[in-house]
Amino acid sequence: MSINPEQLRYSKEHEWVSAPADGVATVGITSHAADALGDVVFVQLPEAGSTVTAGETCGELESTKSVSDLYSPVTGEVTEVNQDVVDDPSLVNSAPFAGGWLFKVRESEEAADLLTSAEYDAFVAG
Amino acid sequence: MSESPSQPAGAPRRTALDALHRALGATMTDFAGWDMPLRYASEREEHQAVRTRAGLFDLSHMGEIAVTGPQAGELLDFALVGHLSALAVGRARYTMICAADGGILDDLIVYRLGEQEFMIVANASNAQIVLDAVTERAAGFDAAVRDDRDAYALLAVQGPESPGILKSLTDADLDGLKYYAGLPGTVAGVPALIARTGYTGEDGFELFVAPADAEALWQALTEAGRAAGLVPCGLSCRDTLRLEAGMPLYGHELTTALTPFDAGLGRVVKFDKPGDFVGRQALTVAAEKAAATPPRKLVGLVAQGRRVPRAGYPVTDGSGAVIGEVTSGAPSPTLGVPVAMAYVDAAHAAPGTAGVAVDIRGAQEPHEVVALPFYKRER
Repeated sequence: MSINPEQLRYSKEHEWVSAPADGVATVGITSHAADALGDVVFVQLPEAGSTVTAGETCGELESTKSVSDLYSPVTGEVTEVNQDVVDDPSLVNSAPFAGGWLFKVRESEEAADLLTSAEYDAFVAG
Repeated sequence: MSESPSQPAGAPRRTALDALHRALGATMTDFAGWDMPLRYASEREEHQAVRTRAGLFDLSHMGEIAVTGPQAGELLDFALVGHLSALAVGRARYTMICAADGGILDDLIVYRLGEQEFMIVANASNAQIVLDAVTERAAGFDAAVRDDRDAYALLAVQGPESPGILKSLTDADLDGLKYYAGLPGTVAGVPALIARTGYTGEDGFELFVAPADAEALWQALTEAGRAAGLVPCGLSCRDTLRLEAGMPLYGHELTTALTPFDAGLGRVVKFDKPGDFVGRQALTVAAEKAAATPPRKLVGLVAQGRRVPRAGYPVTDGSGAVIGEVTSGAPSPTLGVPVAMAYVDAAHAAPGTAGVAVDIRGAQEPHEVVALPFYKRER
């Protein structure tokens, strides 16, 4: 069975997006991405109220060995960021699909090019 | 470099413990042509285990070179910058090998195993360069230089619990084994050169054994260390451990473009040893220059924010004028903030110098200049 939840959609930049609830989708990074990064020590997220664009950088993740850009998988207005993960970035490693979520977006356009969990499994298996 | 028959040419080399690392679920990384464990689980937890309990490392990528014969000591005095003929049997010394122009070819640990027997341990990335240079410099000396890279696996047990763990597996006199000393012995039934050395800033041991014995020794150490909280540790935490301890890493703080004096390590150059040595002339000039007009100095930087200064990032005076460059940087698990080593212009190198920043991808992030090391264990 896949570790990537079936109800989520995925980007090739290893972000996940939830099905929108009242038009607002939640974004995080996958456990595959978190494992590849190692211990995340700092996350810089877009500000609430700002606009993010699918495929463009909107923040960064620092781990022991490297810094990685965070790409938004969707386009829209950021409605909320996860202050818990800012205060304790290890949540990205310990609960990437749950408490380690990053930000929420009111999608202004239909997301294109996102993968199903099965497609993302295959993409990661490469 | 020799390839074992089971591996295709060009593929990364695997240590004798490779299967074990994979069974433990290690994340592997290519390091200097070797497939090495980067981490097994959380590198920060591995780091803390070494600081507070014990960690077990596979360092079999390190390059061993044997130098033997009646003039082995004299050869090393000529080939390296240290005074190795004066080293007592059973002791070890941190030293360097330089080019004729004084540039650092590698930093080394040399063990004296007998009156006429030494072992050089070189960095994996430089082992061939060191072997070639020492071999070339051996001309005219009654001494033999032997590539022993395939003769050893190297396991390290590091951390405050390491003496107790090792004592349970050996009759060797560990209490009599000083820091930077090594003696032949038996650990868990395996013949080993037991050295009290390391690269973590903690007490610890490095065990040179035959590759065929490596797995049995690893398992015995794992078992013996279980109660004390020993964990397997990868190269990722080794890097943050040595960074906190202010220890240089070749390719970062040390390069062929720098002399030992540039790196603040002029003390390893022994001008008063007998005979000539490779680099003497250039290093004499470098020593005078370092004393008269200090070049950039190697300093510690502690981030005031949470973004991490990385190798290659410019150090600035805060207004954007470049005054140096970061050579190593990482989030420090012990300090809880990002730290870095950097070469900085002498005028800005004093601890507490105001206004120093690191250009982190375009933003001037303030950093405090501090003396190295960031961490020193209580003895």
